Formats: sequence, C-alpha cells, structure tokens
Amino acid sequence: MSDVFVLAQFTDGIATNTTIELATYGARIGSVTAVILAATGEGAGLAAQLTSGPIARVTVVESADFARYGVSATSDALGQLVTQHRPSALLISSSAFGKEVAGCVAVITDSGIITDAVDVSADSVATQIIFGGSTTVHSRIIHGCSIITLRPNSVTADMTSSKPDINFVELIIADTAKKAETLSVEPPVKGGRPDLTQANVIISGGRGTSGDFSGVEALADLLGAAVGASRAATDAGWYPHSLQVGQTGKTVSPQLYIACGISGAIQHRAGMQTSKTIVVINKDPEAPIFEIADFGVVGDLFNVLPQACEAVRARRS
Amino acid sequence: MKIAVCVKQVPDSWAEKTMANGLLDRAGVDAVLNDLDEYAVEEALRIVEAHGGNGEGGAHSITVISMGPDRATDAVRKALSMGADSAVIVTDPALAGSDALATSKVLASVIATRGFDLVICGTESTDARMSVVPAMLAQRLGWASLTFAGATEVNPEQSTVMITRDTEVGREKISAKLPAVVSVIEKINEPRYPSFKGIMAAKKKSMEILDLVSTGISSESVGSSGAWSIVEDAQLRPPRGAGIKVVDEGDAGNQLVGFLAERKLI
Ligand SMILES: Cc1cc2nc3c(=O)[nH]c(=O)nc-3n(C[C@H](O)[C@H](O)[C@H](O)COP(=O)(O)OP(=O)(O)OC[C@H]3O[C@@H](n4cnc5c(N)ncnc54)[C@H](O)[C@@H]3O)c2cc1C
Ligand SMILES: Nc1ncnc2c1ncn2[C@@H]1O[C@H](COP(=O)(O)O)[C@@H](O)[C@H]1O
Repeated sequence: MSDVFVLAQFTDGIATNTTIELATYGARIGSVTAVILAATGEGAGLAAQLTSGPIARVTVVESADFARYGVSATSDALGQLVTQHRPSALLISSSAFGKEVAGCVAVITDSGIITDAVDVSADSVATQIIFGGSTTVHSRIIHGCSIITLRPNSVTADMTSSKPDINFVELIIADTAKKAETLSVEPPVKGGRPDLTQANVIISGGRGTSGDFSGVEALADLLGAAVGASRAATDAGWYPHSLQVGQTGKTVSPQLYIACGISGAIQHRAGMQTSKTIVVINKDPEAPIFEIADFGVVGDLFNVLPQACEAVRARRS
Repeated sequence: MKIAVCVKQVPDSWAEKTMANGLLDRAGVDAVLNDLDEYAVEEALRIVEAHGGNGEGGAHSITVISMGPDRATDAVRKALSMGADSAVIVTDPALAGSDALATSKVLASVIATRGFDLVICGTESTDARMSVVPAMLAQRLGWASLTFAGATEVNPEQSTVMITRDTEVGREKISAKLPAVVSVIEKINEPRYPSFKGIMAAKKKSMEILDLVSTGISSESVGSSGAWSIVEDAQLRPPRGAGIKVVDEGDAGNQLVGFLAERKLI
C-alpha cells in the first residue's frame, strides 16, 4: 500500500481537527504518516495528542528553526522527508502558510501541486471549486509526489481512535532555508469564538453595521458561530484583518453563512460563495449578494438581528 | 537598488470565466492588470521614492516582469504608466497552459540573469488564486522569502528588508538580507492612478519581449506538456437555485429563524 504524508497542525500546542481531516483523506489513498515539525523538546507532547483519526505512524522532527525560519525551514524538512521516503501524496491544510509550504516542497522535489482542493479520491484525483463557485474541476498530479492542499472543514473527520507508532527523525535544516528570520509573532485576537476557517456557522458584518457589531456578535454567540467581516469593515478598523472574508481574506465554506450589511462585491463573494447555505440581511433589494442567497431579508439589520436572536431564544426555551 | 515587480495580466474579475480544453478560456474576456500587482508596483515606487527615486537622476530602477500572452503588454503598460522604468515580457506559444512551477521557473530565470536586489509580487493572482508563485520564486532563486507583507521597511545602505507578515497565524515581523522576494497584501498601500504625464511617458519606455529560447528554458518543461498536474474534467456547477427573498415588515427576523429551523441549521 502506498504511503501518504500529512502535515500535522497545532494551534497553541493543541492538535487541530484539520490534522484528522487530512488523515481522513489520506487514508483513502494509502497508509497515513502524520509529520510533526516541532520546537525542540515539544515533539513528544504533540505526538501524544494524535490519538484519533486513521493515522498509522507519526514522524517527529524537532528543531528551533521551524519557529524561527517559518515556511522555508518547514519546506526544507518536508522536502528532505519526501525525497527520502517517496510517499505517493503529501496533504497539507490550505492556509497562507500551508500553500506556500506546498509550493516550495513542489519545487524542491519537482512534484506537481494542487491547492485549495475540497476533496480527494482514492486515486488522488483532487476536486476544486473555482471561478467564484461556478465550476468544479477534477485534476491529478502526474509527476513526483501528489502535493495537495485541502480546505479545512470540507470532510467529516474519521474520529476512530488510533495508536500510531511514533518515531523521531533528526534533520539538519539547510542554510539556504534560513534567510528570512521571524523576529516576533503577535497572535490574532480571538475572543473565545470559533476559528473562522473551522467554524460551521459564520455571521459576517459589513459597512452596513456602521461599526456596531453587537447584533452580529449576539447572534453568533447564540449559534456558537464565528464572526467575519467584509473588507469595508476591516479597513474601517471595526474588525481585525485576520477576520476578513474574501479574496484577500479568508476563504470559508461553512454550513451556514449569514451576511449582514454586506453588498456582495466579487472580492467578498470569492471567499464565501461555496458556503452550503447563505442567508443575507441587507437594506438594498438590489444588492448583488441577494443573487447567491438561499434566504434573503430586505431590511435593516438593526431590526432583523435582535428579532432573530429573540426568536432563537424563544425556540430554545 | 534594482527592483523587479512581477505582474500578471488576468481576466477582469467581474467577467464570467469558462474553461476550454481544461484551461481558462482567456480569449473571450477583458484582460487587466492583476489587482494585487498594482499594490506591488505601488510599494516598489514608495520604496524608491523614500530613497531618492527612480528614473532619470534617481539611483534606483524598477523593472516590471510578466509572463503571458502577447496581450500582456496592456497590463505592463499600466505598471509603466504608474512609474516603473522598463519592462521585460516573456511570451511564447509554448508557454500556454503553464502551471505555477513553470511560471516560477521562467520568472526566476529572467530575474537571475539580470541581477536584482529585490523582487516584489502580489500575494495572489485573481485567476489562479494559488498564492504560491512568490514563495516558489524565492525557493528557486535561493533568496529570502518575505510574503504576505502588510508593511515593508527597506534599508538600501544596509541591504536589509523587514516586513510585517499578516496571515492566519497573526502578525509576524520578518527580516532578511537582500536579495529577497517580497509579496504584498492589499492593506499595504493605496495604488496611485497613472497621471496623464505618466501615461505619455510610458509610451516611450523600453519593453523588452523575450521568447522561450532566449530564456534558455526548454519548451518541454513548460506549458501544457510540462505541467505536473492535468485537468481530467471541468463542469459548470448548477447555479444556486433562486432563493427565498422577503421584505421586512416587522417579522423577517422570525421568518429567518424559521428558515434556519426548517433547514435544521439551528
Ligand atoms: C484587491 C482587492 C481585494 C479585495 N478583497 C476583499 C476581501 O477579501 N473581502 C471583502 O469583503 N472585500 C474585498 N475587497 C473590497 C470589495 O470590493 C468591497 O469594497 C467590499 O467587500 C465592500 O464591503 P461591504 O459589502 O461591507 O460594503 P458596501 O459595499 O458599502 O456594502 C454595504 C451594504 O450594507 C447595506 N446596508 C447599509 N446599512 C444597512 C442596514 N442598516 N441594514 C442592512 N443593510 C445595510 C447596504 O445596502 C450595502 O449593500 C477587495 C477589493 C480589492 C480592490
Ligand atoms: N505569469 C506571471 N507573470 C508575472 N508574475 C506572475 C505571474 N503569475 C504570478 N505572478 C506573480 O505571483 C503572484 C501570485 O500569483 P499566484 O501564485 O498565481 O496566485 C502574482 O500576484 C504576481 O506578482
């Protein structure tokens, strides 16, 4: 059976569901090795967390260089592992970081690369949804390792418990991978809500909120949802850039996306059009966002949101 | 300092895009300069303007580099009219269907043979949307990679560059010695509109057109034949069915929640 590598992902030292999702895809193709690239001394603690998902083996590399040299050091290590072990596929989460790592490993190992896939089959055919949600493409890599980045939250994770073999590997990061040094990291402001790219439900606010996100946040908290924002809202400083949805923000495809006071510019739609259900609240009946709404309310969000919150509470009591 | 800015000509993002033979059908749509690349040109201009300027009398130069069809000259012209000094365009029928690996190979060879201190890219092209070409370029050149920059600080005397990288990880400060590849996000600046003077001046600026042979890259390693991934099929997705639309007459919040309950979303 062929081997598949997945790059394990941790947030604040905690394994993310994304790792299990990648393993779920990987197990369709072959036997899954989760690769953990950890800070010195932290590998064992991270590896111990990988107890669910179809993971057969865990390979741990420890080095202070990963935090210090980011994408380049990560790519260098993965490039070495792929060159040595020749897995048939390498699966990575589609984030800014994940896509760049995939790109660099593709160059290092002269392999093909597919980004932003939403599915991958047993014979490594990847599915992408492109052109703002209008077209489905199936493609395949025909040279080297199949390097595919997958969007979080697009498969139901196989949570079967596992007891993978853990092995530590020593690698030396090449000097060429140490040219850009990370001096400091300021983590994004979180505020207790789910992560945007992992959330099942997202409520977003735009210029129509006039900076008052209280209604958006109230509904989000009732539904356990993440809060997103349009660029107009992040540019105005009402919400941090890290929560911007769209072409130059996050690409999301939750079960439910509720857009409040957002017109639906092409750049916003590019980031949310593949959401399963789209609900819109907008004063302007001509706003382009209505074109993709499953349920649209022509109305003032300052009236509709509080009433919706009341209605949710009433249903629950 | 010699700065290169990589710009791509892309179909207008509002245009309807379709596939033909597994590739984006570029014939039927208006082509424009990739949005994000305007920010890259602007950032290059701001960097040189902060250090004595470019063009006649300035110590610095900005070269626009693009790979694409003949028509790519329109996008390049725009970058020149914003204030870049000259352009190199690689165009060849054999390049049609190139993937990011091939694109980065071609761009890297042009950059390597001309010797630049700094390469600035957009973070993403609106058609391919991969956000990988800048990192691949750095990897191929063996240069420092500083991508997703929301701010840059270049020090030509010390030959250093520092950026703030804005991604899902948060905000990182990253520094490196030149030469380096930097990619910029759209928060970084507000691109200028070309002035009338700029547009007139651009008509006289040098635009060097290269074919594949002159880059020394073999035609087998690029284009559709050299692509390491193949499209098996592409289908139009059924358009989202016309949804329900209600006008709020005092009850729409309740109706909205009713809809969510019916769909089992709450
Ligand atoms: C290179 C580039 C990249 C970009 N990337 C992104 C991106 O990643 N994400 C993104 O979102 N945008 C992006 N944009 C910007 C995009 O083009 C739009 O400008 C932006 O999405 C508009 O945000 P908005 O819908 O909140 O504001 P507007 O377009 O101003 O819309 C506000 C809407 O709110 C409605 N409204 C007002 N008051 C109320 C009320 N009380 N109740 C209900 N509705 C109300 C109005 O009818 C209007 O439709 C990008 C642009 C460029 C050039
Ligand atoms: N054909 C090309 N010619 C010049 N620059 C390009 C080309 N393709 C991509 N780039 C650069 O790489 C960036 C990211 O593109 P992409 O990886 O395709 O999303 C763009 O914003 C450009 O700066």
